[in-house]
Amino acid sequence: MNPHSERYTALQVILHWLMALLLVGTFAFGWYLSTLPLSPEKFRWIAWHKWAGILALALGIWRLTVRFYRRPPALPASMSPLAVRAAHAGHVLLYLLMLAVPLSGWTMSSAYGIPVVWLGLLPLPDLVSADPALGERLKSLHETLVWLLALLVVGHVLAALKHQLIDRDGLMSRMRLRSGHH
Amino acid sequence: MKFPALAASLLMLAPLAGAQPVDLARSQLTFTMKQMNVPVSGSFRKFSANVDFNPQKPEAGRADIVIDTASIALPTREAEAEARKKDWFNTAQFPQARFTSTAMKALGGNRYQVNGRLTLKGVTRDVTAPFTARAENGVTLVEGSLPISRLAFRIGEGSWSDTGTVADDVQLSFRMALKGQ
Repeated sequence: MNPHSERYTALQVILHWLMALLLVGTFAFGWYLSTLPLSPEKFRWIAWHKWAGILALALGIWRLTVRFYRRPPALPASMSPLAVRAAHAGHVLLYLLMLAVPLSGWTMSSAYGIPVVWLGLLPLPDLVSADPALGERLKSLHETLVWLLALLVVGHVLAALKHQLIDRDGLMSRMRLRSGHH
Repeated sequence: MKFPALAASLLMLAPLAGAQPVDLARSQLTFTMKQMNVPVSGSFRKFSANVDFNPQKPEAGRADIVIDTASIALPTREAEAEARKKDWFNTAQFPQARFTSTAMKALGGNRYQVNGRLTLKGVTRDVTAPFTARAENGVTLVEGSLPISRLAFRIGEGSWSDTGTVADDVQLSFRMALKGQ
């Protein structure tokens, strides 16, 4: 273990970009689904959305586990204490929401009385017993949380671009898919 | 073909002689179907039931249950609204579904069987359901279930007839709390 390695490990980099794809895709797909009238396709797609969400939850737990035993590379010394605090707070919130958004979706499905069966094969336990009124409230919660997560992701991307284009401190190379010179 | 069915339904409209009052609050009509291979349940909130059943004389038993199809309860309000539409129950044209028994018999122990005619969305089919009867808190609880094919009753037409998303098999379950024994 090297707490001051310059880059994230290959596993962390791959998990980060998988999660990025999954979050953007599942968010856009879920948003599109919310505009559709009920149809057999919608039923099928809602199931896919749930499967993607459960995958994101699993990846999120994996990432958090990895994050606990391998500290991230140190931030550039040029960052102000305030910027460092903001970066830490932002990442804590990102991790929290990465777990909270799929968990709220899963709980909402349970409350509606529709169990989640991952890939149509693996039945997951119901997190709460069926209660349609609770389902409606959890739907609002799921939507609120996902918008918060979307805002944070946008902030995360803008911050990374600021480091890359304005500060030019090479921070983004820590998350590059291919190692090499920067 | 039409006349006997009409005569039978007119006959059934008359209250059954000696019918036990049914405690509707303790009775329920539910169903379970598979949606994307996931079991999803629903029920009918409103129905009336005329049931005459004596466990000592099961063959004299009779049942007539009229269901308000618009009272369907499903996991989401969106699904309930969809279920009332033309492709599903078409509740505007078919506000009622009905089960009328034609015969009952004992199967041994506390198990019995009812034969009858189920009318859903204007389609009438003969159905058979095993059930149990037991005394509980001053009522006789009659419980049973039967599998039906939703497509046989044209429930879910058009694009909904695809059984890959909503399976054809639906398990209907009933629980009737009969007062007075």
